[in-house]
Amino acid sequence: MSAVRLLAIGWVLHFKMLSRSSFNSVLGVVYPLFFATVAFFLFREGSPHALLYASLGASVMGIWSATSTAAGGALQRERWHGTLELLVAAPAHFSLVMLPVTLAMSTIGIYSMAATLLWGRLVFGISLHIAHPLLFCLAVPVTIVSIGMCGFLLAVSFVRYRTAWALGNLLEYPVWLICGFLVPLSLFPGWVRPISWLLAPTWGMRAIREAAIGGSALPDIGMCAGLGAAYTLIGVLVVGRLLHSARARATLSLT
Amino acid sequence: MTGARIFFVGGLMSYRALFGWLSPWIFIPTFLVAPIFQILLFVYIGRSAGVESDKFYVIGNALQYCAIPCIFAMSNTIAGERYQKTLGYILATPAGRLPLFLGRSLPVIGNGVFASAFALSAGGAIVGIHVPASSIASIALVIVVTSASCTSLGLVSAALGLRVRETATLNNIVFGLLLVFCGVNVPLSELPGWMSFIAQGFPLTHGIEAARRLANGQSFGSVGGLIGAEALIGAAYALLGYQLLRLLEWQGRRLATLETA
Repeated sequence: MSAVRLLAIGWVLHFKMLSRSSFNSVLGVVYPLFFATVAFFLFREGSPHALLYASLGASVMGIWSATSTAAGGALQRERWHGTLELLVAAPAHFSLVMLPVTLAMSTIGIYSMAATLLWGRLVFGISLHIAHPLLFCLAVPVTIVSIGMCGFLLAVSFVRYRTAWALGNLLEYPVWLICGFLVPLSLFPGWVRPISWLLAPTWGMRAIREAAIGGSALPDIGMCAGLGAAYTLIGVLVVGRLLHSARARATLSLT
Repeated sequence: MTGARIFFVGGLMSYRALFGWLSPWIFIPTFLVAPIFQILLFVYIGRSAGVESDKFYVIGNALQYCAIPCIFAMSNTIAGERYQKTLGYILATPAGRLPLFLGRSLPVIGNGVFASAFALSAGGAIVGIHVPASSIASIALVIVVTSASCTSLGLVSAALGLRVRETATLNNIVFGLLLVFCGVNVPLSELPGWMSFIAQGFPLTHGIEAARRLANGQSFGSVGGLIGAEALIGAAYALLGYQLLRLLEWQGRRLATLETA
C-alpha cells in the first residue's frame, strides 16, 4: 500500500514540477509540432487516409519526445540538485522513487498528443473519427505508461553516465524512425523489424491506430503493456547492481 | 593586438570551457550520430509519402543540422556564462565587445561546418546519393557560408539570452522554425506563400537551395546569387545580434537583471 502511495504522490509531484518547466511543458508541446507540420505537408499530397496516418503517428511522437530526453537526464538532474544521494539512501526502493519521475515525463506527452491532433484538425483539416473510442481510451494510457516504463529503464541504465542527457537526446530520432510513427515498418530492411518489435512504442502506436481506424487493438495493447512490464522488471533488477557499483566506486555524485 | 588576442584566444578558451562539447560522450551522439538519424527519418518519411528524392532530404537536413551547434553554442556565450556565475565578470571587463563575442563565433562556425559536412558525407553514403565530384568544393563553400549565417542568428539568440532565462527552449523553437520554413524537407513552392516569403529572410534557405542545385550538377556561377544572399542575410543577423547585445547589456546593467533574467 505504501508503495502505491509513493508511486502516486511521486507521479503527482513530478507532473506538477514538469508542468511548470517551460522546457518540458511548452517545448514538449511545440517541438513535436514542428515535425508534425513537416509530416503533414509531405503527406497531404496523398490520400486523406495517409494524412490521418501521419496525424496519429505525429501525436505519439510527442510522448516519446517528452520521455527520452528527460529520462536520459533524470538522474543527472537529481545529481545537479544534490538530491541523488538522498534518494538512493532513502528507505524506499530506488525504483519506486524513479518510476513516477519517468511516468510523469511520459504523461506530459499527453499535452503534445492533444496539441498535435488539434493542430492537424485546425490547420490541415484532418478530422479524426475514432472507430473504437473505448479501445482508444485504453490504448493511449497504456502507451503512455509503457513509454514511461521504458524511460525508467533508460534512466537507471544511464546512472553512471554524467552525459546521459546526450544519450537520451540521441534516442529521440531512432525511435521516431523505427517504431512506425510516420514510416511503415515494411519500408525498412528486414533486420530492423525485430528491433522495432522489442520497443513498446511500436505496439502502442499500432494499438492507437487500430483503435482509431477500426481494427483489433487489443493484442497490440497487450504487447505494449507486456513490454512495459518487462522494462520495469529489468530496470528493478539492474538498478540494485548499478547503484551498488556506483557506491562501491564512490561515483554516485561524481560519475 | 589586444583585440586580436581576445578574438582568437578568448574565443577558443570560451568554446572549450563553456560547452564541454569536446567530450566524445556529448560530441559523438549530438553532432555525428543524431544528424544521421534526422536524415534517415526524413528520407524514409519522404519515401513513405512518395514525394521528393533521397538527395533532397539528405542535403536539406545535413545543412539544417548546422543550426544545432551554431545557434545553441552562440547562445551559450550568455547562458553558459550566467550558469557559471561569470557573466558579470565578462561584462565588467573593458574588453571590446566586438572581438569578445565575434571571437566566440569562429570555433562555433568550424563546429557547424564539421557537423554538416559529416552529416552530408555519412548520410549520403548510407542512403546512396550521388554528388558530382566537381561540385564538392562548391558545396563545401556553401556549408561554410550557411554555418556562418546560422551562427549570426545564434548571436541574436545570445543577445536575447540577456533577457530570456530559458535559452534552451528558445533555441529549440528557432531550430524547429528553421526546419519548417527553410525548405529543408518541403520545397518552398509547396509551402503557403506567406511561409516561403518569411523563409527568404531566414538563414539556411538560400544555402540549402544553392547546395541542392550544385549537387544536381549546376555550376558555381549559377548559384552565386543564392550564396551571396545567404552571406548577406548572415551579415544582417550578425549586425542585429551585435546591436542587440549592446542594447540588452546596457539594459541589463540598468535594471540589474544580468544574473537573474
